[in-house]
Amino acid sequence: MFQRFFVYFHNYRKHLIGSVFCVAMEAVFELIVPLIMAQIIDVGVVNRDKSYILQKSLLMVACALVSLLLGALYARLAAVAGQGFGAELRKAEYRKVQGFSFSNMDHFSTPSLITRLTSDITILQNTVCNGIRPIIRGPVMMVMALAMTVIMSPKLAVIFLIAIPVLAICLFFILRMLRPMYGRMQKALDRVNSIVQENLTAIRTVKSYVKGQSESEKFEEVNGVFRESSERAFRYAVLNMPCFQLVMYATILCILWFGGNFIHTGTMQVGTLTGFLSYVLQILNALMMISNVFLMLSRSMISASRIFEVMDEPQEIVGGTQERMVQRGQIDFDHVCFKYQEAAKEDVLSDICLHIGAGQTVGIIGGTGSAKSSLVQLIPRLYDVTSGSLKIDGHDVKEYPIAHLRDAVGMVLQKNTLFSGTIRENLKWGNVDATEEELNWACHIACVDEFLPRLPDGYETDLGQGGVNVSGGQKQRLCIARALLKRPRVLIFDDSTSAVDTATEAKIRERLAENLKDTTKIFITQRINSIEHADLIVVLKDGKINEAGKHGELLAHNPIYRDIYEFQRKGTTA
Amino acid sequence: MAQPTRHEKPKDLRKTLRFLWRYLKNHRAILFLISFLTVVSAGANVYGTYLLKPVVNNYVLPGNIPGLVRILVFMGTVYLAGVAASYGYSQLMVKIAQKIVQEIRNDLFRKVQTLPLAFFDARTHGELMSRFTNDIDTIADALNNSFTVLIQSFITLVGTFLVLILLNSELSVIVLISFLGMFWFLRYSSKKSHAYFSRQQKFMGSLNGFIEEMVEGQKVVKVFNHEEMNFTEFSERNQKLQEAATGALTYSGILVPVVASLSYFNYALCACIGAFFTISGGMDLGSLASYLVYVRQTAMPVNHFSQQMNFIMAALSGAERISEIMESMPETDSGTVTLVHTAISADDRLQESEKGEWAWRKPNADGSVELAPLRGDVRFHDVVFGYDPGHPVLKKINLYAKPGQKIAFVGSTGAGKTTIANLINRFYDVTSGNITYDGINVRDIKKDDLRHSLAVVLQDTHLFTGTIADNIRYGNPNATMDQIVEAAKLANADSFIQRLPDGYDTMLSGDGANLSQGQRQLLAIARAAVSDPPVLILDEATSSVDAHTEKLIETGMDHLMENRTVFVIAHRLSTVRNAKAIIVLENGTILERGSHDELVARKGRYYQLYTGQFELS
Repeated sequence: MFQRFFVYFHNYRKHLIGSVFCVAMEAVFELIVPLIMAQIIDVGVVNRDKSYILQKSLLMVACALVSLLLGALYARLAAVAGQGFGAELRKAEYRKVQGFSFSNMDHFSTPSLITRLTSDITILQNTVCNGIRPIIRGPVMMVMALAMTVIMSPKLAVIFLIAIPVLAICLFFILRMLRPMYGRMQKALDRVNSIVQENLTAIRTVKSYVKGQSESEKFEEVNGVFRESSERAFRYAVLNMPCFQLVMYATILCILWFGGNFIHTGTMQVGTLTGFLSYVLQILNALMMISNVFLMLSRSMISASRIFEVMDEPQEIVGGTQERMVQRGQIDFDHVCFKYQEAAKEDVLSDICLHIGAGQTVGIIGGTGSAKSSLVQLIPRLYDVTSGSLKIDGHDVKEYPIAHLRDAVGMVLQKNTLFSGTIRENLKWGNVDATEEELNWACHIACVDEFLPRLPDGYETDLGQGGVNVSGGQKQRLCIARALLKRPRVLIFDDSTSAVDTATEAKIRERLAENLKDTTKIFITQRINSIEHADLIVVLKDGKINEAGKHGELLAHNPIYRDIYEFQRKGTTA
Repeated sequence: MAQPTRHEKPKDLRKTLRFLWRYLKNHRAILFLISFLTVVSAGANVYGTYLLKPVVNNYVLPGNIPGLVRILVFMGTVYLAGVAASYGYSQLMVKIAQKIVQEIRNDLFRKVQTLPLAFFDARTHGELMSRFTNDIDTIADALNNSFTVLIQSFITLVGTFLVLILLNSELSVIVLISFLGMFWFLRYSSKKSHAYFSRQQKFMGSLNGFIEEMVEGQKVVKVFNHEEMNFTEFSERNQKLQEAATGALTYSGILVPVVASLSYFNYALCACIGAFFTISGGMDLGSLASYLVYVRQTAMPVNHFSQQMNFIMAALSGAERISEIMESMPETDSGTVTLVHTAISADDRLQESEKGEWAWRKPNADGSVELAPLRGDVRFHDVVFGYDPGHPVLKKINLYAKPGQKIAFVGSTGAGKTTIANLINRFYDVTSGNITYDGINVRDIKKDDLRHSLAVVLQDTHLFTGTIADNIRYGNPNATMDQIVEAAKLANADSFIQRLPDGYDTMLSGDGANLSQGQRQLLAIARAAVSDPPVLILDEATSSVDAHTEKLIETGMDHLMENRTVFVIAHRLSTVRNAKAIIVLENGTILERGSHDELVARKGRYYQLYTGQFELS
């Protein structure tokens, strides 16, 4: 696991090594200072040598300055390395998530994915930033101090041979208990976050049903569970401290007892004992540092494994490797079946066979839940077919590189999403290099030009979070313009004029027909009048093609189509 | 940096501390106990160290083994007390820290529920989420780590310093001066690093906001092949955070060695002067040695303290961002009229009761209470409204809906239809003019009660994690399973729900991802139906539902809403043609009003819309 992380230090290897070096040197200097001090007293004061004292004092100041320099350098290097590592890791994970297909996304819920991209990374990053110092300093101090004690009295040093393993065992048990607790804690936190997120997205619904109170109660319950689980985990974690003190104090008492006896029997000097005692603190302090790092690590290992879950998720939709481009926009469904989950019993789409010629206009009609959207989502490979094949220009969609395929297939989704930013920024999603003329062209076709001049700042109008500053119909028209700017070979409208008034919709349709003659256009709609002039109309029922044909033919003998037609006719005339 | 902002910084800090104190003070007693135990634990440590010298001098050197045993047992007792105290305060601290963080989180969530919509519209969700996650985490970390360390450092510092003065008061002046220097430096740099940490938390919020928006809008990102562009933007924000965080961390990290070397400097100075003192006979060698040991010990608490600096600074910035939300203005609500159930009493008068017809309860100035039955009469008087001042969306709208009427709004996109619904339930308040509900100005009705009396089905459907039944029950928590099924049938949702793997108990997650848009709308309608509202507003509620199903829903809803007021917003004329009155909106003004037949006969705008629709025949 650690090895996998080192990859993300790649650009910061020098910083990492530098910071390790600085900490180690700093620790060495810390041990030198008391030695100089001893010289001042033992040599300087005893010999009454003032110049020697001054000299050594200046040496100490020099040491202090060097260690200041080392410390400052460490702070800088560790910050760069730690934050750099975090940024790299976050970048890699974000890139991975961007490559996710929708079935990948469905494995993790959106809030959990967001936590994995934000909090989990922060935890790891903090571990690195706060961990370098103790993990280096601890062992350096311990080894040096242990060496000193062994030199002083190998007999007394045996006590450490017992104390250190005892402390290590305590720590091991604490850590073992902690690991599953941290896991539960992180899960509870996921739930807390998902409630907050859901609440924020659905705030309009919450407010109109006056649910603030019950939402708060729901939140408090989940928050309570989180508190309990984190309290339980941290209670174990802080046992570390009293355990450490217990061992440390016991060690001191043992040293006093055995040391006292050794002195009594004359096998040890008093000075050795006092010197020995001063190292006890250093050794055990170092152990404490190390144990704290382990505590931090055990918590961040949970985050790490959550991040690796994301990183290890096999990318389900992978583009073709050949440099193939969509040229004409002819689409063939060949016995296509589809379901969202492998395990699902029923197919969402079954045995779809359909030929759409390049440049044709196709209408798809059918009742609520007849899988119209599922059908068109297969074309730009938002999902992959479960069986059968889907071809564009005679080649399986899987042969096209994803970028080429999706550039060629424009799609206006049913659930329109605009992003915070100006109208211009949002439109440019379709084409980054779009000129003013192209923008105007797309806005004209999508009838955006009808309301654009009325907006306070025209193209520069800020849309706010998710486009809250424009109405539903305006949003849909912006989304159409955005898709047009791509100038795709195939353009799919997934019920994307549902909030646009009929006159405007007719206008958009006319302009599309006029301006995009060679583009294959697919309309999903509820209204027959939107598609009656289409080259082909597909009637879907429960995920199967009921019939496909022209308006006249369908009207003549397809009962479902006729029903819808009669119904809408009646709806408007009778 | 400009002069005025420098004056503001400490004030902000004080405000933030006050905010935190509000939570800490509820646990004063336990915090006091924690402080006490911390003092005991620190005291045991210091006392134990202090005992070392007499142990060696009085027992080890003379070889008094029984005495040694006695004193060791005594020391052991002191130490055990220290360990027990450590155990106690660390457990208590965890409990309190978690409790406080829980309280802050709850309060923040509650507060967010009261904020006006404009607040949410102006911020990305991720940015708000970041306050719940990162900012609160910083406070939790600081409480978990820093509080007891601060107390302990303080106690150890004061204790050692006292011993120093006892040992040699002249030399202690040097120590005191260098301490003052250290504290001055800590204070100075805490102000500086506060700015860094604020930047760090801010950029973290902005990055998280971006991540959240893009992960949620992943579908559009994919369709537009926008991954690379996004990645560039992401990298930019990521880098900004990296820079800010590196700055903050460097700054707080440098504190540690600076303070450490200041204490070395202090140590060297004491050693030098102390040595001269000793040479000139002002001090004996032993005292100098032990004095210097204590000087060295004073460095420890200061070091510990400065190591906590980054936790504390981050927590202060986090707390500041949270208190910013806590201080945001909630939705204004000066209404006093409430909604109650009433029954006709024996003497033929309306009386409040547990169940029964809805009525408005109007308190009068003299304390008496008036009850008026809820009828659903909604009127607009010269209503002017704009989301931005200077850009009115509605211009002098006058309209009325009598009880039992079905009123429809049609009009081209952006004509202000949804805005009308937003004003009735007071998501926004009118700029001028007024809206009355049963003759009462809506401003005088308590917002919650007003919204209870209305059910709104919005254009965008949001579903919550939970079962299908839970989602329908959202409209009425007391609904029985039968009522839920009935509402679902009315919304024509029953048949597709029955086909789902677990029927009504099917779990929805991730905003009902695998339901079609139309099915989601059916659930939203069922949710409104189960709430059995006096007034219903349908805002393009069936736009993704096929016309046939829509018709069935209409029949069902008409039955449910008999004698009640319904507002329908739609552009699909088939949806509105049966309305009692159709109001044609254009550019924020009412163009026409009348029934379908009247409007068609008038051959005006409605007729145009209508014939535009019917070009198929």
